[in-house]
Amino acid sequence: MIDVQNISKTFYVSHEVNALRNVSCRIERGEVVVIIGPSGSGKSTFLRCLNRLEEADEGHIFVDGVDILNHKTDINKARAEMGMVFQSFNLFPHKTVFENVTLAQRVVRKRSRNASEEKAMGLLKKVGIADKARVYPEQLSGGQQQRVAIARALAMDPKVMLFDEPTSALDPEMIGEVLDVMKTLAREGMTMVVVSHEMGFAREVADRMIFMDEGSIIEEGTPEQIYSNPSQARTKLFLSQIL
Amino acid sequence: MPTAIPIPRDIDVLTFYGTINYQGIIMAKSNRRPRLGKGRFYKPVWMSIFFLSLLAIISGLYFATLKVDYVWRWYRVPQYFYYQEEVEISAYIEGEVSGLTPVSDGMVVEVTGVGEKESYKIPSGTVLVGEGDLIYPGDVLGFYKEWRPGILLIGLWMTLKVSVIAIFVGIFIGLVAGLCRISMNPALKWGAMTYIELIRGSPLLVQIFIWYFVLGTLINTLLAQGGISPLPPIWYGVTSLAFFTGAYVAEIVRAGIQSIHRGQTEAARSLGMNYFQSMRHIILPQAFRRILPPLAGQFISLIKDSSLLGLIAIRELTKATREVVTTSLQPFELWMMCAFLYLLLTFTLSMFVQYLEKRAVMS
Repeated sequence: MIDVQNISKTFYVSHEVNALRNVSCRIERGEVVVIIGPSGSGKSTFLRCLNRLEEADEGHIFVDGVDILNHKTDINKARAEMGMVFQSFNLFPHKTVFENVTLAQRVVRKRSRNASEEKAMGLLKKVGIADKARVYPEQLSGGQQQRVAIARALAMDPKVMLFDEPTSALDPEMIGEVLDVMKTLAREGMTMVVVSHEMGFAREVADRMIFMDEGSIIEEGTPEQIYSNPSQARTKLFLSQIL
Repeated sequence: MPTAIPIPRDIDVLTFYGTINYQGIIMAKSNRRPRLGKGRFYKPVWMSIFFLSLLAIISGLYFATLKVDYVWRWYRVPQYFYYQEEVEISAYIEGEVSGLTPVSDGMVVEVTGVGEKESYKIPSGTVLVGEGDLIYPGDVLGFYKEWRPGILLIGLWMTLKVSVIAIFVGIFIGLVAGLCRISMNPALKWGAMTYIELIRGSPLLVQIFIWYFVLGTLINTLLAQGGISPLPPIWYGVTSLAFFTGAYVAEIVRAGIQSIHRGQTEAARSLGMNYFQSMRHIILPQAFRRILPPLAGQFISLIKDSSLLGLIAIRELTKATREVVTTSLQPFELWMMCAFLYLLLTFTLSMFVQYLEKRAVMS
């Protein structure tokens, strides 16, 4: 479903930073991939390159056969097929929870008011927050906001969901409720790419894990392999630091 | 680790204002509440000082005008807002008044001449002729009084009209220029930067003169060659004000947009919205709330700056006041009135913006 071929990305912040070096990987339909790695390893950049929030300097990214990096591609159309959930939620503060979930459906998908509202209500129920539909995001806890953000992304009927450290900004007691929603999604067969350090989550639902360091993929494998029997020294070191 | 200080049994915790040490021993006892902030007389004293100095300034000014034998005649001011004009009705033909017919709203005077007959209506005024009077052309048959807006009111209206149009055009120009300013496209970005720097770097008065005497002459001459009547000065006046304000609005808009967190754009774009959709639905509504106060300040400046338009023959409030001053010889009252009228406009605007802000916060 997603085919990443040799992408590289360099930032220029006072000096060159090679955020991604020649990264390739394939993500199949229905697969749940969890990306781990130390901070600054390029995992978020990698994820953001998938829907061109960051533009890779070299290489190709094919999503359902469409080259994301080709400038002739309608990137807005491609992005609508890829839901994204951010570390800092990024809900629209001037819109109610309900409007947050209906807006893009109406503006981008051109759905009717009724259709989009029905869809929104269904999704808010699914993430367990239907009773807060009429309030503004600032009145919600972090966990609730993140669940709304997931509903907002799902409202577009995406083919793949990208999660950029969805629980890192949450208080510990709220992590569970967000992970539960993500687990439900995974079980329903949603294709998911998750940057996260939630080891329990990875162990439970990940089909594959990717360990990244210094802009490269160091190791790939099932959670079992990565956790119990990592082949690379750097993976071992990283895991020993966070577990 | 902090521990709770044991409170001695022999004090009433509700009325005790003394100090207790860490072992719970009373160190100092006091039944008087410690004084918080300023004393009881602080506010009334300083408030009276404010009002007294205000009074002193005003009365000082007043007595100074008496010293130079200035005679205050405030009663003469209202006529420049609204006045009664006497309208005379005269006959066009020679003849005799053949009939006076009262109608519901006045009197109809019929004049019969040789082979012609005309009737004149005098609305609820004074009729100066009687039946049978001989009339020559130009004779006054009667007159009535009519209320007309005075020159100050006309000037105020002109100032209001010019400002409102310039504000709306300025918002449009500023929005476009602000968006261009943050664009990646060099043509748009540099264009906006040049425009903003040019406008902000030169005096408004000079810009007004350039619009009127340079561009205005060019445009009107070209129009005349094409057989089209020239544009009146108010067009150039409004344009110069709008472009002037637009440059400042552009900077305000740019700052407002850049103050919105990048995550908002990313969230909008990641949902598949294009640049304009994310601006329209996500960024601008949020930026609008933040830029409302500086925008209001800019528009208040614009209302005040419109006073310069008098120099290109637009009779706005300041020019109107100047004209009235030369005929009335009451400069003190009129200039104060002029300032008060500007204050009225700017104050109304800032109240309106405060109302908008409140509404924006509530929604």
